[in-house]
Amino acid sequence: MERPVVAVLQFPGSNDDRDAAWALGSVGAEPVLVWHDERTLPPETGAVVLPGGFSYGDYLRCGAIASVAPAMDAVRRFAAAGGPVLGICNGFQILCEARLLPGVLRPNRQLEFVCRDATVRVESADTLFTRRCQPGEELVLPVKHGEGAWYADEGTFMTLAARGQIVLRYTDDVNGSVGNVAGIVSERENVMGLMPHPEHAVDPLLGSADGGLLLAALVDAAAEHALIPA
Amino acid sequence: MKATVVVRPKEGILDPQGEAVEGSLRKLGFDVSRVRVGRVVDIELSAENNDEARGQIERMCTELLANPLIESVEVSLDGS
Repeated sequence: MERPVVAVLQFPGSNDDRDAAWALGSVGAEPVLVWHDERTLPPETGAVVLPGGFSYGDYLRCGAIASVAPAMDAVRRFAAAGGPVLGICNGFQILCEARLLPGVLRPNRQLEFVCRDATVRVESADTLFTRRCQPGEELVLPVKHGEGAWYADEGTFMTLAARGQIVLRYTDDVNGSVGNVAGIVSERENVMGLMPHPEHAVDPLLGSADGGLLLAALVDAAAEHALIPA
Repeated sequence: MKATVVVRPKEGILDPQGEAVEGSLRKLGFDVSRVRVGRVVDIELSAENNDEARGQIERMCTELLANPLIESVEVSLDGS
């Protein structure tokens, strides 16, 4: 069977792009790096990953400048057509700034960069991205961010929780995130953002292989999406 | 035409940067009770008149300069 193509965007200042590509390759994808000023994605793209890093030096607000990069117009069209999009760390920040996901990422409550393994609970296991996980399953994934406190007002948070859009929560208070939110999905459930790094947890040698569950589910979704005629 | 946009964290929004600065000012011996840190953006642009300039700046704020979920903006024009 052919490997589904997963486009990994590269912005100036992305630094987990090649790790993401490697990890996606290890779970069966054909990763293709796409530079930020490209106006289109490869035609056979089945899924998109926005990797971690510090795009545009985190100037203005983290993710804000990347959210208006030319390649993001292509990502918007891809998402609007139902294509699966996963944003990791800076990629999550970019998706929020692009209004593809609700809320925004704020500086950590404790005023410190946090860099450690975090445990997240799978709150919703019936999304594209979490369907290889069990409901309530706990995953160990590394976090490394200074601006990872997800914020939305109370009403938005309650709505998202009621709809099952809060998919991952930290089991402890990692950064001051509202409701300990670590990852959310869009209303259509084809766009997901999370602060922890699944691409750094795909091999037990590195401490955890739990990230492989999320990435392999994305690759499944990529294979399914690639079958839909554009 | 010149314009200045002041972007502030909205009331009620946690501002860790402001808290850090506040703590440092206290350590220096200043009697401060609250510090909020925002951002100033000076812009030079071409516009026929103030209304057009203001319209452009408002769009800049919406599309990029501020995130309305957490930030408020104040625009002033200097028609030089």
